[in-house]
Amino acid sequence: MSMLKNPEPRAPVRCRLIVGATVVVACGASYAQEKPHFGQPATSEEISAWDITAEPDGEGLPPGSGTARQGAAVYAAQCRSCHGEKGAGGPATRLAGVQGTIGAKTARVRTIGTFWPYATTIFNYVFTAMPFQNTKSLTHEETYAVTAYLLYLNGVIGEDDVMNADTLPKVKMPNHDYFVQHVTE
Amino acid sequence: MQAVGNGNDARADLELAAGNGLLHRRALLASGAGIAAALSGYTLREPAQAAPLPVEPWMREPTAVGLEPYGAPSRYESKVVRGGRNEPAGSPTSGTGSIRTPLHLLNGTITPNGLHHVRLHSGVPDIDPDRHRLLLHGLVDRPLVYTLDALAKYPMESHPYFLECTGNSIELYAKEPLKAGVERLHGQISCAEWTGVRLATLLEEAGVKAEAKWILAEGADAAGMARSVPLAKIADDALIALYQNGERLRPSNGYPMRLFLPGYQGTANIKYLRRIKLIKGPAQTRDETARYAITGADGITTEFYLQFDAKSVITQPAPELALRGPGLYKISGLAWSGRGRGIIKRVEVSADAGRSWAEAMIASPVMPKALVRFEMLWRWDGQPAVLQSRATDETGYTQWTRDQMLAARGPAGNYMTNCIISWAVNEKGELSNVYA
Repeated sequence: MSMLKNPEPRAPVRCRLIVGATVVVACGASYAQEKPHFGQPATSEEISAWDITAEPDGEGLPPGSGTARQGAAVYAAQCRSCHGEKGAGGPATRLAGVQGTIGAKTARVRTIGTFWPYATTIFNYVFTAMPFQNTKSLTHEETYAVTAYLLYLNGVIGEDDVMNADTLPKVKMPNHDYFVQHVTE
Repeated sequence: MQAVGNGNDARADLELAAGNGLLHRRALLASGAGIAAALSGYTLREPAQAAPLPVEPWMREPTAVGLEPYGAPSRYESKVVRGGRNEPAGSPTSGTGSIRTPLHLLNGTITPNGLHHVRLHSGVPDIDPDRHRLLLHGLVDRPLVYTLDALAKYPMESHPYFLECTGNSIELYAKEPLKAGVERLHGQISCAEWTGVRLATLLEEAGVKAEAKWILAEGADAAGMARSVPLAKIADDALIALYQNGERLRPSNGYPMRLFLPGYQGTANIKYLRRIKLIKGPAQTRDETARYAITGADGITTEFYLQFDAKSVITQPAPELALRGPGLYKISGLAWSGRGRGIIKRVEVSADAGRSWAEAMIASPVMPKALVRFEMLWRWDGQPAVLQSRATDETGYTQWTRDQMLAARGPAGNYMTNCIISWAVNEKGELSNVYA
């Protein structure tokens, strides 16, 4: 990856972030002392409340666990009014119930089972963005449980399979192999 | 609108450049005065009707309008407003929707801030700028947090850049052409001068660890809209945008700061930016997997196809604007590209559904990853016609046809729709969205 040319004369300070085998920042030495440094150090305590993203390998997943059986109650209380019985859809999007259309050339119904290639995304999205009118309100336990329930509704796991930071990243979504990553030149 | 044709096409010597009445762009360049006379219809004025030009009231009395502390357009421009809708409060999905730029009522290339398009995923947060923070962490040597005041101390740069919603023009996937105009179908494209701090400058201060290859950007909105972006893009031209056309960002466009990724799909330009995390690989957020990825006809979905390929649209005339009888018309439109350096090389126009093409005149500066205005003269003979435009960028990429797009991506709804757009003109001079 050596696309770091700077085609337009726009950088007021000549600095390049060089991305390759290693990432280094190269700067004119004479500028180094003059460069502004106005960021305040952030402590891990400060970061923790905001660092809520779970990555596909499980990085960032918090402690806690839950099963589909537990998640059904959370779903009924927090999700069903918008997403319908068993994820069948309602005012908000359908979440389950169209297994078998994965990879189909038509009828691309975007449910979790058909269009979510990583199980960690479910935890991530439920915890950060749901319930829609009161986001970031579910506990980690509730989030694991709802995640398990949604996976169960989509036929991915069993009703009593325990989802936690260890097991969730290992769940292979049915559509996983239908997703590829565009290669930036 | 430029309803300027009135059957007064006296200049029969105008050079045709393509079928069905398209005139060579030289006509716009070299024959300005003559064309202006023909276009504006002055020759229609009957001498018998000539009277002294009226002395209007405002020519006598020094009234004062438009001197509000924050100025507004003339009251005669009250129809120049955005379209679209936002789900109302109380709806289970309140705070979602889109608001679209009235492309047919604007000219030039810069979108006024009050008319910039908006795509909403979870409302518009009412952010106190003094309490807003930008956190930079993850695979860095020194995690840092910035206030708005702190960011203002860094060198800034300004560029006109287009911003297009990832789902703009998605209705072209509909089986039958939607009966709608350019605002409804294609109005999620805007262009502003964006001013801000290079994200690379802040990364340098934090010190990027060798294993970091991507960033995760996250907003302070209720849904915490989050996207992964390759570090190479950040090094190239990513900004923390603080100003939009010289003033602070509008709330619906990301106040007080947003990530700006020139040429990239709109939804990756995270509004209300609160956090940048340096990560090894993409976080695979919902809005880069289940949404905003490109699905091919083979059912394979390609993630992180982020840069817009070349695209153009005729904004005048458009379904919102009818022609008034045969005669000379000016066709005007916008072109843009996010490929390579994002330089538009050429825009062509067809008046016969793509059977023949002629090069349009570029009527604005050609800036990287910014909107470009094009114009074309057309002599409409009063018969049905199909108007199209197609842009070619510096990389040699030319807009594809709708058929080509459907062949590659399948017939279902998709993202980053950039096929050739067609307006049919009927004998009455009315325009409509068609597939041609």
